[in-house]
Amino acid sequence: MEIAQFEHPLQKSPESRSPLPEGSVPGVGEVGYGMLVWRRIRRDRAAMLGAILVLIITLTALFASHLAPHDPAEQFRDGLTPDGQPIPSTLLHGSMRFPLGTDANGRDLLSRILLGARVSLLVGVLANTLAVSLGTMIGSVAAFFRGNIESLLMRFTDVMMAFPTLLLAMTLVAILKPSIWIIIVVIGAVYWTWISRVVYSQVVALRDRDFVTATRALGAGRLFIVIRHILPQLIPTIIVWGTLGIATNVMLEASLSYLGIGVQPPTPSWGGMIQQGQSFYRSAPWLVIFPGLAIMLTVFAFNLLGDGLRDALDPTLRGRM
Amino acid sequence: MWTYLARRIAQTIPVLFGISVLTFVLIYYLPADPARMYAGPSATVETVMRIRHELGLDQPLWVQYIRYMERVLHGDLGFSYRKQIAVTTLILSRIPYTLALTLGGVFVELAIGLPVGIASAVARGRWADRVGMFIALLGVSAPPFWLGLLLLYGLGYLIPIFPLGGTGTPAHLVLPALTAGLGGAAWYARMMRSSMLDILSTDFIRTARAKGLAQFKVIFRHVLPNALNPIITMAGMDIPWFIGGVVLVERVFNWPGLGRLAVEAIETVDVPLILGTVIVTALVVVVSGILIDVVQGLVDPRIRHGR
Amino acid sequence: MNRRIFFSLLLVLAILLTACGGAQPSAVPTKAEEATPTSSSTQTPVVKTPQKGGEMIIAYKDDLATLDPAIGYDWTNWPAEKLVFDGLLDYDSGTTIEPRLAESLPEINADATVYTFKLRKGVKFSNGRELTADDVVYTLTRVLNPKTSSPGAGFFNGIKGAQDFIDGKTTDVAGIKALDSYTVQFTLNAPDVTFLNKMALNFAFIVPKEEVDKAGENFGHATVGTGPYILKEWKSGQYLVFERNPNYFISDRPYLDKITIQVGVAPDVALLRLEKGEIQLMGDPPPGADWARISADPAWKGRLEKQPQVSTIYIAINTTAKPFDNVKVRQALNYAIDKQHIIQLLNGRGTVANQVLPPLMPGYDKAYTGYEYNPDKAKALLAEAGYPNGFETSIECISVDPQPKLCESFQQDLAKIGIKLSINTLAAPNVIDDAGNGKTPLTWSGGLGWIQDYPDPDDFYGPILGCGSNTPGGWNWSRYCNDTLDKQSKDLLAITDRAKRLESYAPFFKALMDDAVWVPVYNGEYDIAHSEKLHGQPTLTHPEHLFFYETMWIEH
Repeated sequence: MEIAQFEHPLQKSPESRSPLPEGSVPGVGEVGYGMLVWRRIRRDRAAMLGAILVLIITLTALFASHLAPHDPAEQFRDGLTPDGQPIPSTLLHGSMRFPLGTDANGRDLLSRILLGARVSLLVGVLANTLAVSLGTMIGSVAAFFRGNIESLLMRFTDVMMAFPTLLLAMTLVAILKPSIWIIIVVIGAVYWTWISRVVYSQVVALRDRDFVTATRALGAGRLFIVIRHILPQLIPTIIVWGTLGIATNVMLEASLSYLGIGVQPPTPSWGGMIQQGQSFYRSAPWLVIFPGLAIMLTVFAFNLLGDGLRDALDPTLRGRM
Repeated sequence: MWTYLARRIAQTIPVLFGISVLTFVLIYYLPADPARMYAGPSATVETVMRIRHELGLDQPLWVQYIRYMERVLHGDLGFSYRKQIAVTTLILSRIPYTLALTLGGVFVELAIGLPVGIASAVARGRWADRVGMFIALLGVSAPPFWLGLLLLYGLGYLIPIFPLGGTGTPAHLVLPALTAGLGGAAWYARMMRSSMLDILSTDFIRTARAKGLAQFKVIFRHVLPNALNPIITMAGMDIPWFIGGVVLVERVFNWPGLGRLAVEAIETVDVPLILGTVIVTALVVVVSGILIDVVQGLVDPRIRHGR
Repeated sequence: MNRRIFFSLLLVLAILLTACGGAQPSAVPTKAEEATPTSSSTQTPVVKTPQKGGEMIIAYKDDLATLDPAIGYDWTNWPAEKLVFDGLLDYDSGTTIEPRLAESLPEINADATVYTFKLRKGVKFSNGRELTADDVVYTLTRVLNPKTSSPGAGFFNGIKGAQDFIDGKTTDVAGIKALDSYTVQFTLNAPDVTFLNKMALNFAFIVPKEEVDKAGENFGHATVGTGPYILKEWKSGQYLVFERNPNYFISDRPYLDKITIQVGVAPDVALLRLEKGEIQLMGDPPPGADWARISADPAWKGRLEKQPQVSTIYIAINTTAKPFDNVKVRQALNYAIDKQHIIQLLNGRGTVANQVLPPLMPGYDKAYTGYEYNPDKAKALLAEAGYPNGFETSIECISVDPQPKLCESFQQDLAKIGIKLSINTLAAPNVIDDAGNGKTPLTWSGGLGWIQDYPDPDDFYGPILGCGSNTPGGWNWSRYCNDTLDKQSKDLLAITDRAKRLESYAPFFKALMDDAVWVPVYNGEYDIAHSEKLHGQPTLTHPEHLFFYETMWIEH
């Protein structure tokens, strides 16, 4: 097992990962920080692939109704076998009619996957971003500010983690009538607690380090330290949760729909399609495989992008083009 | 350390209190009638009204709450509407199964996730990294119910190695633990890789290598302990996750755990059972939180003294 | 009676050739026995001789709640209660009532208000004690007692003194009397020819007082009864085990020595278990995904039973919500729905319904054609009603598959006539609550369809369309109250000539359909998969009990 070599002319230990003031490194010139990050990403092929994929997926979601060959809600009579079973891809016998086959209702799977990108991205990405942002802020503030704030915030996290959010979702949906925004809020409200906990533990490990004490001694405010110094250390965690969490959130949306808290028919969602297609694992496995692949692709794309961002933002690479 | 522990234990009381109040209020405002769910469709409205009265559901909210808390403080969590057994008995009967699934599942997660994560980090950019991350991607995107069905079909029916769900022998635990653990393994793999990459690029690792330490020693003695912080947190949080979050796994394998119980309670608006499962979940969340913090304090002396 | 999607879709109604001989006195439901089900039943009576001995395992998706006959109300619990308890009356292999714990059918006085039962002698509870008339009095009083919280109390409200007892004015029910150790007499407030059906309900299964007192609220899990089996073990959330009662009063029953009921098994997995031979019977239908495969597979011949169910699944139209207060609009809905497509979406597991009553219910009107599928007529009616451009409305469905996709079919149908339908899928308790309180204009009863409690047409009126159930929380989701029809329904309960009575229901229900209170969409069907060695005497499923376990036997 060979350890990959990193070329870091300015090797910094974690203890002293304080950012250098802009322009203090000779040779960097007047290039701004943002420009630096952008250039690094451009160089990183994997990250560029990720960025392009994310762009493609987002555009697909936006223009899905134009891209889809059929109306995703339409139940075609020829979309089912005579005894009511879904049909596999028509490409298998040369026809472009249903490129990925049909679902249990005789609806075109490709169209549903394309339209499903909307819901799944909204839920997967938006809800997850909400959760990660909220969780990171609460966790880091709690750990860093200590004392009563710490106890209050972390016990609040405990309450929300144990809270029967399923029940809350049911109540909200029954009173306000189902809508995708409720799902996003509910999933975000479930999810932030986990991130808060992880971030809290990590910041607790960081808060007594020398560099923190030093910066405090220099008169920096606590919030400033959290944002400027602690948060960058949390980037690996944030990236992991921000990307894998997309898949988890999409699945969460599917399981919520089991209790009526999902998107309303006939709106497709990847998670919902998987849920409806589960029983067909023997007879029509494509019902689960294709939406599953869609989820995988999305997570993969965000993963690549996230990794690239992380490397680009790494302060130890500061000053290096 | 001990005062810290005492303080944390004392803090569980307001947490449990808060949860019970919030849950009570939620159930009250849920547009569903527990008495009608108890009585079924054929019962007349008069019968439903009488049942509502017998169950105490026509009392004002605060009266119901006080009565409930009084019983809870005497150890009585009520009588399940739907299952017609004492809630305490019911929950206690499910705990061993949830425990078994938790231990099995976390074991699978760590056994698969950690090595994959370490290998990926160490071989960053090479094929081992790509394969590892692909496996992680598969794991996290595979829907648990479907995965369970596939495993049952493949390894329980086509090639009859494992039983088709149910409980009884260690063999019964294998497929459920695998299904529950594969998804989570992805997280551990990614997290491990991320943490390790972070640390591998630092000064003191370079120093260690410069000192001439062998690769293995470098990794296991110096890198891992620092990378473990988030892993410990995640493992600790897995405990409450396996209480509520593995319902689908319990469903497909007919595993009598607490998760299924909690969802059934909500589906049938079985008020005492909902409250009972929520309180137990809250207890577990709080206890595992304390556990995480304490263990991390033990592992990292800086934390311990900082408290 | 209602069927919930979470619970097993278990109901069979097959009017079959009765292979059971034996004296069958009493009124034969002529219409029902003659009525051939509109969908073919593939059940044929067994010509083999039942063998005694052997074990059977059945797997259910839902959990069993309780074996306490006063409390268990759905189709998962009822067949299981019949394992350990008996009632005074029961059904033969069809819908004819015959005596069970009673030694003969009761003496009924001239105006059907007094029923006198003579009990069999020598019937023992599984604790050794003999059954007496006091047990009957105790059981029925217990059902009426508000403290028991029995869902079935309403069925016995018609007994004299019941209301006073419920209100706490008396300590016993005046209309239930033990005349001697083996004779019980019931007196009703008003004539009710359905009283015998009610006495055959599970709520009237006889329980021993001393055991109920001893077990208290745990009686449902520690049952003691007169039935063919004894509860041996109950592992909560996993399985129940029943063993033969050696002292059962019907000497050649039951056939099987041991029955195990597994609970909490998803139908996909139950099917795998059945295919592997680990279980012999599925309590739930095989998933739609597998149905096409196994019905076409010759290896499955003789292992699948397709039985019509005595149920109607309908769209309830809230007659108090604009614009559905206009009968023309309601009729337009009836013309607009493509019911054949629904059957196709259900993999053919069901039959189109054109009226309130299902085909196997006595009183079903074969001649009635109802509203055919005619979108043009629907549009015309809408225009007549003042909505030439349609309108917007909403429907509530439960969120469990396949109900949302059925609602989507309705969405498409209504779009064709200009009605914009939005779908609200919610959890079942929410739908029940909203519909019961008139908060939704349309409700799809899929998963919550009305299944008979007993084979009498009145069961399809009172609880779901009668004025009495048109109260907040009632199951009358159409919020319908027609005083003329309501009074007529009460008069019909007094007609003792069964044939005449059943005929009178035809115009009665036609009036309801003319008023278009529902869109009846389909009648349910029960599909059972079982091992080829499992048989029933005479048939595997029973029209009233669904699974009549004591008649099942295994070839060995």
